[in-house]
Amino acid sequence: MANHIDDETIEYVGILAKLELSGEEKEQAKKDMESMLDYVDKLNELDTSGVEPMSHVFPVRNVFREDVVTNGDGSKDTLANAPEAQDNSFVVPRTII
Amino acid sequence: MSILDYTALELGRKIKDGEITAVEATKAALQQIKAVEDQVHGFVSYDEESALKRAEEVQKGIEEGIYAGPLAGVPMAVKDNICTKGYTTTCSSKILENFVPTYSAQAVENLIKEGVIFLGKTNMDEFAMGSTTETSAFGETKNPWDLEKVPGGSSGGSAAAVASNECFMALGSDTGGSIRQPASYCGVTGMKPTYGTVSRYGLIAYGSSLDQIGPIAKNVSDCAALLEVIASHDPKDSTSIERDDYDFTSALVDDVKGMKIGIPKDYFGEGLDPEVKDAVLAAAKVLEEKGAVVEEFDLGLVDYAIPAYYVIAAAEASSNLSRFDGVKYGYRAKDYEGLHNMYKKTRSEGFGAEVKRRIMLGSFVLSSGYYDAYYLKALRTKALIKKEFDKAFETYDMILGPVAPTTAPKLGDSLSDPIKMYLGDIYTISVNLAGLPGISLPCGRDKDGMPIGLQLIGDCFQEKKIIQAAYTFEQTRDYEAPEIAKGGAEA
Repeated sequence: MANHIDDETIEYVGILAKLELSGEEKEQAKKDMESMLDYVDKLNELDTSGVEPMSHVFPVRNVFREDVVTNGDGSKDTLANAPEAQDNSFVVPRTII
Repeated sequence: MSILDYTALELGRKIKDGEITAVEATKAALQQIKAVEDQVHGFVSYDEESALKRAEEVQKGIEEGIYAGPLAGVPMAVKDNICTKGYTTTCSSKILENFVPTYSAQAVENLIKEGVIFLGKTNMDEFAMGSTTETSAFGETKNPWDLEKVPGGSSGGSAAAVASNECFMALGSDTGGSIRQPASYCGVTGMKPTYGTVSRYGLIAYGSSLDQIGPIAKNVSDCAALLEVIASHDPKDSTSIERDDYDFTSALVDDVKGMKIGIPKDYFGEGLDPEVKDAVLAAAKVLEEKGAVVEEFDLGLVDYAIPAYYVIAAAEASSNLSRFDGVKYGYRAKDYEGLHNMYKKTRSEGFGAEVKRRIMLGSFVLSSGYYDAYYLKALRTKALIKKEFDKAFETYDMILGPVAPTTAPKLGDSLSDPIKMYLGDIYTISVNLAGLPGISLPCGRDKDGMPIGLQLIGDCFQEKKIIQAAYTFEQTRDYEAPEIAKGGAEA
């Protein structure tokens, strides 16, 4: 079974992935995704009806702890990593016009 | 013999006994880095000044009895996806080129308390996505045994740095084989612990349900000692597990009498290089002669692990890597119009091709209409694979097989065909899906002199069994180092 990824799908994936692709990259991405999905379709050979999806190998449960600061105020160092910072805040492009 | 030829534990002992200082050992490692790094390129960055400063402090601490552990004073390297406070951590990606973490990974914190010396950060496939270290944004690492070949990946820098004596041990991370396969290609020993054994706090996430930090070193003893230091229950990682015991070095015993070892027939079929096959089966024979009971068996579902893995890993990656958007850290595109365009341009310019490929696949398999067909299908397959392993471990203490189907390929040969590269992970990937511990150690070399690795896989929390069997096998051979590792000051 050969998968076909059309322009609309790759456009949509680009939006979900927040990636901007050139025309050439889009064509390559279509091809790559088609061949990966053809390969992944091998899983359809398996009968998995009645099998619970396993997201973790061990039973996991929520782990709670008190919301207490243990590592001090690192805002200065944290902001030092920001591409742009001002007045103890991250600077982002204007979002409300 | 040079200082560099000591194992980490041998060096630690000599430092403790006052025969060598931590400063001398650090100088020797730095000298070797300077001598061979042009050729090997195992590091993204290293810092001579801070390493020597720490070595002086640690040496003082050792003399004062503050650091009494077996690895105190030993110079090591850390994979560049593991956060080191105040020191750049790039994931070998342009998008994190200037990122300076404000905290250290818990594994690193544990090592600081032990008194190890940090030399620098090792090269890797970008965000650990790859099997060759060629997807690094900062140039490829070369295999110390043959500079025209890949070191494996994604922890290729760590494995190459250990093999070429640029450090005495290193941390790697393993999501689908990323510790075991480069260890195999470079002729060193690497171990992926049971999921949850080493805290993932400060490990920059790729596939969170699969990622584990683990040791890469010259031999099994060093790996066990390093694992003993980095393993701990950590409330900061909700998947961290509190284990009954952490004394992995107590399993360093030369005895496999009565141990039941299963060899999956499916691991020795088509695609396996005959020289690798012979070397691995010869290793099984050695363990049998030492008293283990070795049998072949059908593991089942082997061919389904890779497709299941790539769906799960890509899905988790697409979610985990959404945080790299040019706001809080890392690269931001220069020209953009508005917020969303800034996100898109930043990510498109900051990520390399393989990372984009996996983010897109992950976004697709999680999208509405495909989620059940791909993502849930993969998680159901994972449940079946886990069941196959559970069944095997009812009969066997461990599973023995190859690490990779071939020895290290030539640089440039793998990236042209992603699926072919993914297939190279067939023996390592299911171990991550099932959360199991696995160890890779040298068991021979091919006709070109390239190292061949043996893999032992244990049931969850049974690290000690595979450490014991690996140690027992190791006693039958000598450690082999590549030519490039030789050099450095006389001890």
